[in-house]
Amino acid sequence: MIDEILTIILDGAIYASWLFIVALGLTFVFGVLKILNIAHGGIYALGAYSTATLAPIFYSLGMPEQFVVLTMLISALAVAIVITPIMERGILRRFYGQDEVLIVLVTYAIYLVLEDVQKLIWGMNSLYVSEPRELLGALEFGSLYYVGYDLALIGLAIFCGLTLWFVLNKTQSGKIVLAVINNPEISGCMGVNINKVYLAAFFVGAFLAALSGSFTAPLISVQVGISVAVVIESFAVVIIGGLGSIPGAVIGALIIGMARAACVHKLPEAEIFIMYFCMAGMLIFKPKGLFEGVQARKI
Amino acid sequence: MLRNLLNNIIFQSVFLMTTLILMGIFIPNWLVFVVTKAIAYGLVGLGIITLMRGGLVSFGQGFVFGIGGYSAGLLGVHAGLTDAILLLFISFIVTGLVGLIIAPLLARYRDIFFAMLSLAFSMVLYGILIKIDAIGGSDGFVLPESTYFGIKPTTDYADYVLYVVSILVAGFVSILLRYYYNSTPGLIALAVRENELRVEYLGSSAFKVAVLNFTIAAGLGGMGGALNGIALGHIDPEFTYWTTSGEFVFISILAGYLSVPAVFLAALLLELVRSFSGRYFPDTWQLILGVFLILSIIFIPSGIGSFFKNFFDTFSKNKKS
Amino acid sequence: MRIFRQSLILLSSVLASFLTFLGTANADGHGEFKLGVVTFLSGPAAEPFGVPAWNGGKLFIKLLNEGKAPAPYNKKGFGGMKITAIPIDESGGATKQVQEFRNLVQRDKVDAVLGYVSSGDCMAIPSVADELKALTVLYDCGTPRVFEDASYKYVFRTAAHAAMDNIAIAKYLIEKGHDISSIAGINQNYAWGKDSWKDFSVSIKKLSPNSEIKNELFPKIFSGQYGTEISALLNSKAKVVHSSLWGGDLQSFILQAKPRGFFKRTQVVFSAGDHVMPGLGNKYPEGVILGARGQYGMMAPDTALNAWWYKTYMDEYGVFPAQPPYRMVQGLMGLKMAIEKAMEKNGGKKPNKDQIADAFKGLEFEAPGGLVQMKLGNGHQAIQPHAIGKTAKDKNGNITVTDIVRYKASCVNPPNGIKAVDWINAGFPGADC
Repeated sequence: MIDEILTIILDGAIYASWLFIVALGLTFVFGVLKILNIAHGGIYALGAYSTATLAPIFYSLGMPEQFVVLTMLISALAVAIVITPIMERGILRRFYGQDEVLIVLVTYAIYLVLEDVQKLIWGMNSLYVSEPRELLGALEFGSLYYVGYDLALIGLAIFCGLTLWFVLNKTQSGKIVLAVINNPEISGCMGVNINKVYLAAFFVGAFLAALSGSFTAPLISVQVGISVAVVIESFAVVIIGGLGSIPGAVIGALIIGMARAACVHKLPEAEIFIMYFCMAGMLIFKPKGLFEGVQARKI
Repeated sequence: MLRNLLNNIIFQSVFLMTTLILMGIFIPNWLVFVVTKAIAYGLVGLGIITLMRGGLVSFGQGFVFGIGGYSAGLLGVHAGLTDAILLLFISFIVTGLVGLIIAPLLARYRDIFFAMLSLAFSMVLYGILIKIDAIGGSDGFVLPESTYFGIKPTTDYADYVLYVVSILVAGFVSILLRYYYNSTPGLIALAVRENELRVEYLGSSAFKVAVLNFTIAAGLGGMGGALNGIALGHIDPEFTYWTTSGEFVFISILAGYLSVPAVFLAALLLELVRSFSGRYFPDTWQLILGVFLILSIIFIPSGIGSFFKNFFDTFSKNKKS
Repeated sequence: MRIFRQSLILLSSVLASFLTFLGTANADGHGEFKLGVVTFLSGPAAEPFGVPAWNGGKLFIKLLNEGKAPAPYNKKGFGGMKITAIPIDESGGATKQVQEFRNLVQRDKVDAVLGYVSSGDCMAIPSVADELKALTVLYDCGTPRVFEDASYKYVFRTAAHAAMDNIAIAKYLIEKGHDISSIAGINQNYAWGKDSWKDFSVSIKKLSPNSEIKNELFPKIFSGQYGTEISALLNSKAKVVHSSLWGGDLQSFILQAKPRGFFKRTQVVFSAGDHVMPGLGNKYPEGVILGARGQYGMMAPDTALNAWWYKTYMDEYGVFPAQPPYRMVQGLMGLKMAIEKAMEKNGGKKPNKDQIADAFKGLEFEAPGGLVQMKLGNGHQAIQPHAIGKTAKDKNGNITVTDIVRYKASCVNPPNGIKAVDWINAGFPGADC
């Protein structure tokens, strides 16, 4: 019994960590730029693809295995460096100040384009990079084996969340971002270069999206179509936790992760429904999520 | 006299409708069908435009689109109700009521929050629909062939009859909406779009306007869903998927909120682009569709409706005189 | 007046665009057979099914047009008519496919449509096909309900439905003496996964009434994350775990389960597990019992036709063909035989749809996967022989399939007129093994 509860908690925590890493970038970009970036899923896929491309090159160099983590970071960075100027500077910037929903639509269009770009660059074959997952071995837990890499995802999630929280709340540049979140016009009047803040925020968001893809790549077969599920699940996390809120994303991911794990173990029929159930409940009782990120409108 | 007649919105609509109905005889079958489908999408787009006039955009019209489609389909399959016109009307009422129920929940929010919450509603419905096996689950189900006033047209004419019905419905709805837009609540919506605070100070309720507009949008969305389901003869949870909702938003943004007929033109344009890119570039149609979306938003920011803006201006002038 | 002129401009622009597109509609050519091919070219089902199937189809159509296929498929094209294929992406759901189908038939005026992987699409298309009187060959989808719940004049399915996959696996487990005292399943939460699990679990119950059902997991399709499910299945300690996962989901499940010792702790059966072998290669686990939805790929029969097809595909694409290209080619072969049979009756002239449909009914033809007989659904639904095997490493350390048991078509398919699910529930009456 205790064993089963512990299994549920551990499974839930692993899944919640994955959800959190995926949703973090989305909620951050939303918080700063007020853009629900549907192309987030596409950037996630690009991250996975670029890891699947760079990791084999890394292995062929014959360096110590542990450094593959660096390769994964670099591939995520590379994606963010390439995609940010194109998306933020090239396309999205044209629409600032216009209807926010228009921008959502633009990100949807970019999402469509990215789907086919993946196909054009990497073709239709699946790519595999399961090697990094063997790095940390397996741990015996109760009667079950867990892969060390999966458990390390919990650490990665905590690290990403804390770092972002620390930068936002304890550094000067973070405080500038908070000021922009609070009121872009006034921050602008105070001499903050809002365009720069937006660019930086978008870069961080894109990097987090690509990073989540990079670290998911060893778990899955990297192929066309992996972005669809990510769009929905990260959106659900953000809705439950509150749009634009980092602590909200933590709670949202934990609620979905734990609820889903409990369902799979105890009530499998409800599994597919649980995410939507959490979302519906939240919509009815607390439509703006557990943590209201920003004011809806200053009237 | 003639000038007044030509400027009359009803005359214009009847003229346009008659021409389109006559044209339907000569254009190929597939195009008849595409136009019917474009009208279905256009009706949903009209709903979003109604909202847009009040400064709101729903990113979850798939929600009502699905409810409309499913109620028409379920009535057809389980209650043997196959009269297309009746089904369209019923789904308008049903989704209008659903809209009226959830509108107060949503109407408190503005901008992106309104859009996101409506999207969340549609996704919850999607989650429910794929789970219910009794109505086909993820596969959906086939609708019975429709009848019109008790008459079932033969297969060769079924498409054309539905085409005529959908044009009549679209024309009727457009005229009503035009009158609504120029009515007091319709004009208050425009004022809310400009400055909600002032409207409130002047004693009108922005909340009520939002609820009313959302209800109308829901009804129209449901009617579009029913028409789409009837035209295709099949319905599945994809009706409520977020990509479907995204298409509706695109149609309304491409059309702009200034003109009613532009919505149908935008829907037709999207339908043709999607269908032809899928036909000639089966591997990269998403890329083409995406680029088309981006370019049209960049180059026609206020929508094709801005080309026909005079429709609206002239009519307002008439009203004054 | 201005407004009137405006509406005229609007109208004429609409008209102009109509006319532009009118121009694209091609005239019906002689000596040409236009074939719409619908399969997944984007989305998660593209890599595992759509693309390899269309690769196979493309190659075979090219060879047919050059007259380079072996007998009895050595006639050029379809009875001398050149085949022009129009590929269409199947993604976007059944409703969108109905529209694409109408476009193919009404706009492109195709002579036939070959396609559909998704069961949802296969349930939606036939009624439109009959309405438009369009010859349609379903080449891949699994649901038995297509011809069990209704009958169609112009619709045919050239591959066996999915009941066979799970019945044969149940039989295999018992014949090979595996411990089936407890079973569990992980299948996707939609028609395919649910039907597969039902067919399998009921078959096992019929063949071995004492076996106990432990977990029945139905994760949602394309979820890609199975950590929790793997824990739950391991905790249940079921002797046999059944799964009909496919594509990226199956690959991800294998990648996530293997390091956790899943395949060593329980006997896993994959009812459609072969199609990810070309991709996964030696990452594929050993000791898995699997089917290929027919005698395909590594379980194909030892015939000259198969040897030719296996080698042709391998030479062109560098990997061995798994089920998807086999099934598409099977569809093309059936269509070709039906057309040529109808043509012969029609005095060598291009037959019309009704003549082809008549010829298709009850057709029998030899495909690389064995003899295909259009026996069910009053001659519209095929049955075919099946094979089940077990993965193992060969002496070079490569994963291969051994311990293959072959089943006659009539052994694992219900007779005409009996629904698959009733046949299983009744304990397979009249099975000829």
